[in-house]
Amino acid sequence: MTEATVATPPVQTVSVTVNGEPKSADVEPRLLLVHFLRETLRLTGTHIGCDTTSCGACTVLVDGTPMKSCTMFAVQAKGAELTTVEGLAGPDGLHVMQQAFHEEHGLQCGFCTPGMMLTAIAFLAENPNPSEDEIRFALSGNICRCTGYQNIVKAVQSAASSQAEGS
Amino acid sequence: MATAPEVRGLGHSVMRKEDERFLRGKGTYFDDVVLPDMLHMELLRSPLPHARVVSIDASAAEALPGVVAVITGEALAAHNLAWMPTLSGDTQAVLATDKVRFQGQEVAAVIAESAYVAKDALELIDVEYEPLQAITGPQQALDDGAELIRDDKDDQTSNHIYHWEAGDEAATEQAFADADRIVSLETHYPRCHPAPLECCGCVADVNPATGKATIYMTSQAPHAHRTLFALVSGLPEQKIRIISPDIGGGFGNKVPIYPGYVVATAASLLIGRPVKWVEDRTGNLISTGFARDYHMHGELALKGDKMVGLRAKLLSDNGAFYADAQPSKLRAGLFHVVTGSYDIPAAHVVADGAYTNKAPGGVAYRCSFRVTEASYLIERLVDTAAHELEIDPAELRRTNFIKPDQFPYTSATGFVYDSGDYEKALDVALDMLGYADLREEQKQARAEGRLLGIGIASFTEVVGAGKGKDYDIAGLRMFDSAELRVHPTGKAVLKLGVKSQGQGHETTFAQIVAEELGIPYEDVEVQEGDTDHTPYGLGTYASRSTPVAGAATAIISRKLRDKGKDLAAHLLEVAPEDIEFAKGQFSVKGAPERVKTIQEVAFAAYSDLPDGMEPGFEGVHYYDPPNMTFPFGSYAVMVEIDRGTGEWKPLRVVAVDDCGVRINPMIVEGQIMGGLTEGYAIAAMQLITFDEDGNAIGANLMDYLIPTAQETPAFELGETVTPSPHHPIGAKGVGESATVGSPAAYVNAVVDALAHAGIRNIEMPVTSGKVWDALVEVGLAE
Ligand code: FES
Ligand code: FES
Repeated sequence: MTEATVATPPVQTVSVTVNGEPKSADVEPRLLLVHFLRETLRLTGTHIGCDTTSCGACTVLVDGTPMKSCTMFAVQAKGAELTTVEGLAGPDGLHVMQQAFHEEHGLQCGFCTPGMMLTAIAFLAENPNPSEDEIRFALSGNICRCTGYQNIVKAVQSAASSQAEGS
Repeated sequence: MATAPEVRGLGHSVMRKEDERFLRGKGTYFDDVVLPDMLHMELLRSPLPHARVVSIDASAAEALPGVVAVITGEALAAHNLAWMPTLSGDTQAVLATDKVRFQGQEVAAVIAESAYVAKDALELIDVEYEPLQAITGPQQALDDGAELIRDDKDDQTSNHIYHWEAGDEAATEQAFADADRIVSLETHYPRCHPAPLECCGCVADVNPATGKATIYMTSQAPHAHRTLFALVSGLPEQKIRIISPDIGGGFGNKVPIYPGYVVATAASLLIGRPVKWVEDRTGNLISTGFARDYHMHGELALKGDKMVGLRAKLLSDNGAFYADAQPSKLRAGLFHVVTGSYDIPAAHVVADGAYTNKAPGGVAYRCSFRVTEASYLIERLVDTAAHELEIDPAELRRTNFIKPDQFPYTSATGFVYDSGDYEKALDVALDMLGYADLREEQKQARAEGRLLGIGIASFTEVVGAGKGKDYDIAGLRMFDSAELRVHPTGKAVLKLGVKSQGQGHETTFAQIVAEELGIPYEDVEVQEGDTDHTPYGLGTYASRSTPVAGAATAIISRKLRDKGKDLAAHLLEVAPEDIEFAKGQFSVKGAPERVKTIQEVAFAAYSDLPDGMEPGFEGVHYYDPPNMTFPFGSYAVMVEIDRGTGEWKPLRVVAVDDCGVRINPMIVEGQIMGGLTEGYAIAAMQLITFDEDGNAIGANLMDYLIPTAQETPAFELGETVTPSPHHPIGAKGVGESATVGSPAAYVNAVVDALAHAGIRNIEMPVTSGKVWDALVEVGLAE
């Protein structure tokens, strides 16, 4: 999407840190953050499920806060620290949230999963010991069409207890 | 659980093999595919539901830097591609030439260097329309003098599409004449949309040097799509390769072929570069396969508390092109399974379909070809009858269930039900719910001014199509296939003609091989979705993967097991009759210490064969099912209605499913919970509707309501297991049971809360507004 072949509009340089690595690219000011991640940086784990900021498939962390990256321009993220699903697993393996989604069967087609996990991770950072209702409310900006949410809620509960044990 | 924990055959809730790549964001959905020199396509859609296309001026769009081409229907017509066949044998416009027939219809396509430029260019295309009257309902469509929607068809003189009947009319008339009570229900199963989280799209890559068309697309049925592409385009079938990569949910939405796929492929062919088309959500909701939209009139004849006859009259709103995704001989799909779980001796179904100015579709949204509509009608009728007769709805069901000793049971409309124990499933559900106590609580609550309702649905489904003789899609018989290749080291690859969209095939089907051959499930890699590298099959929808491809997998495993016996006999120097097989080991009868493992036998197939034996340890099986399978269950829901607002909330949702033998119980339960959620969504909120001018309301996810974690109730699951007698491993299929069965349970519960005041029906989606109107009508509003 950012190919120079059609670079009639002015471009701006966007420098960000993505999953701990500095990244920089010249982009059209109107380029959405989700397209910057998916097309420019080829981080395709961030998905697109709607045109109206309704589904949360595109959720990434911007300086630790879950944001719908379809509703931000890449230029608005200048200087920010971004976390996408590709940044969750470490050298020792999956993040506790990933592991919990796996064990609790919190994913089916996997399309909502990156956004869902990032929302849940940011939520647990704020509320490490949530009730089921609080979890359901926290996830209500992320749609899943496959699972019926129950196992996602269980996964978040289980990640919360693993984090409590680990700390 | 016959197999050891390390082998993981049937009955093990093993974690899914496919998870890891999704959890790491490393899945490959079609939109993740990027090819060198790839172009981007955007579709211009009609703003009007019915209009003549007077002219299209694309010159300004073509002049925009970065635009490579603008394709119109006229350009396609030059290649004989302006129209394509639908799954129901009708024709559908690829890009409009003469008229637009629904809002959102594809009119032109821009191919550009970037998707942003392509979108810009859409704004520059000038289309002149001459508006015509829009027809927004099938009743209106059939009025005398109604505007003819399909004037492109020579033989079409009205908007009527088909008339279809099933059952025995005379016997049913007699049953109604003899009845002492007739209960009726007029209802509309509203238009809804499967709305998988990933929209449709493709990357079409026609190689100018080789002529090979490789199309990465969101396809639930890649092989059938390859054949249809060949028929539409005239390209030789071996030159078409459909790759259905990871799919972000399908639910029936990705069964049809859509204009976008065809135009992108034509564009790639004409331009000589790969073309990507990514549908946006509005395009998905207003143009791709809708579901349901059945206007139904049902009547149940009773003698005392015994059901003796059932009549159903349907009027289907098919939209502008008749594109129902269902077996070609059955115009109303499998609707005639409408007698459900009940022993009703006579039934008659009359169905008619009409064109309207709405999007085409009629897809089986988590449903086996209109079974959902049938199940809803009978389960709502039974409750209506119970309220009219003042009998407990659970008791009325119990009295009329087909009894276990009646199986195989031939229904009044000709289905042969394989197996069932309906009363048991109902008992388990009522027990889990604490039914008797809750009925007491309901009475007390009512005395205190609170409105509780309990709704039951004891559904029976029919899934796993074919057999091929009776069931086909566009002429292709509904069989499916499995090819198993066991390598010399005993590791295996299983290739299937079906295609998972989240159902967990990579795990489940490996477990079937593990069960049958004793190869640990980790050692079996399942491959699907690439038509160049998998055997032919009809695809994944209508809960058919386990009943059909699962059976094929079991049978090919057994065939290899037979060959393994011969190999083991050779290795152990005994006669093949002296070899027995259990849990991955071939042993000599009476001398169990003399064994060869499946891995040793596999190696021998490539290294140490008896004279004359064909080398290798591979095979393929095409399975044509002898019959459908009939999953069933009982769902029981308790709701409370807020008398001040009309809001209603499920307080308890109990679901007891019997899908025969469960391969991976964890995955089965996941399927059920997903289905219960979509059932709730349909009952409570999901609605694709139109204003009187034919404008689509609900064209995005702000207006088309989908439940989030917050609205979705918690589920309590139970099970009974009645194996299918004709399926090799006794499994029946489960992906859709809950979407089929649960809407009636939710609606029955809301109506039950108001039945004492005389309310008999509230139409789906049961919004708080409709409940409020009902409360006002009977003086219960606060
Ligand atoms: S893509 Fe749906 S909220 Fe961003
Ligand atoms: S797992 Fe498919 S949308 Fe959530």
